Amino acid sequence: MTIDSELLRLLLYVVGFIAFIATNAAYLVWLERKEAGHIQCRIGPKEVGPFGLLQPVADGLKLMTKQLIIPKGADSFLFRLGPVLVMTPAVMCFVTIPYSDTIVARNLDVGLLAIFAFASVNVLGLLLGAWGSRNKYAVISAARVVSQNVAYEIPMLIVIVTMVMVTGTMNLHEVVTSQNGGFWHWNIFRFSASPLMPVAFLIYFVCMLAETNRAPFDMAEAESELVAGAFTEYPGMGFGVFFMGEYANIVVGTSMATILFLGGWNCPFGLWPGLHWFLIKMYALIFTVIWIRWTFPRTTFYSLLNLSWKVLIPVAFANLILTSALLKVL
Amino acid sequence: MATQDVLQSIVHFSQLDKLVELCRANSLWPMTFGLACCAIEMMATGASRFDLARFGAEVFRPSPRQSDVMIVTGTINKKMAPAVQTLYDQMPEPKWVIAMGNCAISGGPFVFEGQYNVVEGASKLFPVDVFIPGCPPRPEALIEGILLLEEKMTGTRRWPRVVVDPMPRQPLPPEDEEQGEPATETKAEAS
Repeated sequence: MTIDSELLRLLLYVVGFIAFIATNAAYLVWLERKEAGHIQCRIGPKEVGPFGLLQPVADGLKLMTKQLIIPKGADSFLFRLGPVLVMTPAVMCFVTIPYSDTIVARNLDVGLLAIFAFASVNVLGLLLGAWGSRNKYAVISAARVVSQNVAYEIPMLIVIVTMVMVTGTMNLHEVVTSQNGGFWHWNIFRFSASPLMPVAFLIYFVCMLAETNRAPFDMAEAESELVAGAFTEYPGMGFGVFFMGEYANIVVGTSMATILFLGGWNCPFGLWPGLHWFLIKMYALIFTVIWIRWTFPRTTFYSLLNLSWKVLIPVAFANLILTSALLKVL
Repeated sequence: MATQDVLQSIVHFSQLDKLVELCRANSLWPMTFGLACCAIEMMATGASRFDLARFGAEVFRPSPRQSDVMIVTGTINKKMAPAVQTLYDQMPEPKWVIAMGNCAISGGPFVFEGQYNVVEGASKLFPVDVFIPGCPPRPEALIEGILLLEEKMTGTRRWPRVVVDPMPRQPLPPEDEEQGEPATETKAEAS
């Protein structure tokens, strides 16, 4: 009996990516707590294992053994579906992300489209979970999350359309190979396509923060106003899965920023490209995301929407028009 | 466990149970709520000098559904008591309660004849695991309370117990010196 090598390869990718996501979700929490500690002149977790490295294990086991309460009158099906709908699309996104020249599960020609299609399902999970938990704070928070995500998906997708026009492909592998060479070939510095490329990167980054519900845009969990936002009624691992989904979404968002703007697995000086460069760039971006969270206070809801509709969308459109004009002329 | 009476299973796995208890003891997430001035000390405990995060207990969860330990910080009025009771009931098992400060232990300075508005101790409302005396207790005392709770859960203490000395007195600075330096705190005083 021979094992189908293609099937084996895909199985290995599934196991590998799920392990990657779970490890990241656990240890990004550790990184977040440690980084928060050092930003606030504290030490952070240090007693549980060396450097507090066993903290995520303790937290995970504790969350799993906590009593699972489904509130009276809640829609138990939607209540259970919510965390799954946040986690699953985040895992699905990893199918087409190329981590190096050879590490990619499925090199789809519409990879870019597939990822942003899956990424927008995550809002639905939050909405259904919050609606199903029959809690007024959760429902208010869910309404906020939906309007926030609608507002921030538009500038993000306009930037994506610009990138597709510049690189001429939706295949993520080709997007990276079009940026081969030193850092002056990367899309963030491709001034021949548009002088506004660094601005496009900034718009993408801000929208990515908002899409993953990170501070200063964490309207999903506005704990000073809405108890715990959409997660108010979730005890134990339900809440844990929501948070793993959030961290998986951050990994997806920063991976996409790396691929689209920072040259994927290319070295800044054109030497030894490979997986390590991808991971270095990705974790630097993740570090920045956490840094921003512990530096800025949460915005108000109106300034959040104003930023999107009055600043980001016009600038993104201007960039789109400028890029298309330059592509036509040059 | 005084307050843990729902999740008693018939089958016990000794090593696994110990491991789970160890994990629970090392990730005690308190609830974000304060009733009076002791809450200020609780906030100081989370801040940089004392850093509750060292023990993995800095995750103050705003929702009772995700918190493990309820730190009753301050006076419970009769008007506030139903709300506190509701918060306790909303926490999923296993849950623990720390009564911090004299008001939460027994009513503190508010106990007198004809007193009509203060609940005399959190233990009148629900079972309490650890009492921390003080008015208000210092942040070190709250950390000691959390260590005591961990000891209660796992049966072992994280660090050797500090032997309490009688408080050594500092000699007063001589009066003839114009710029007498203030007496420096010793370690025994801080503990």
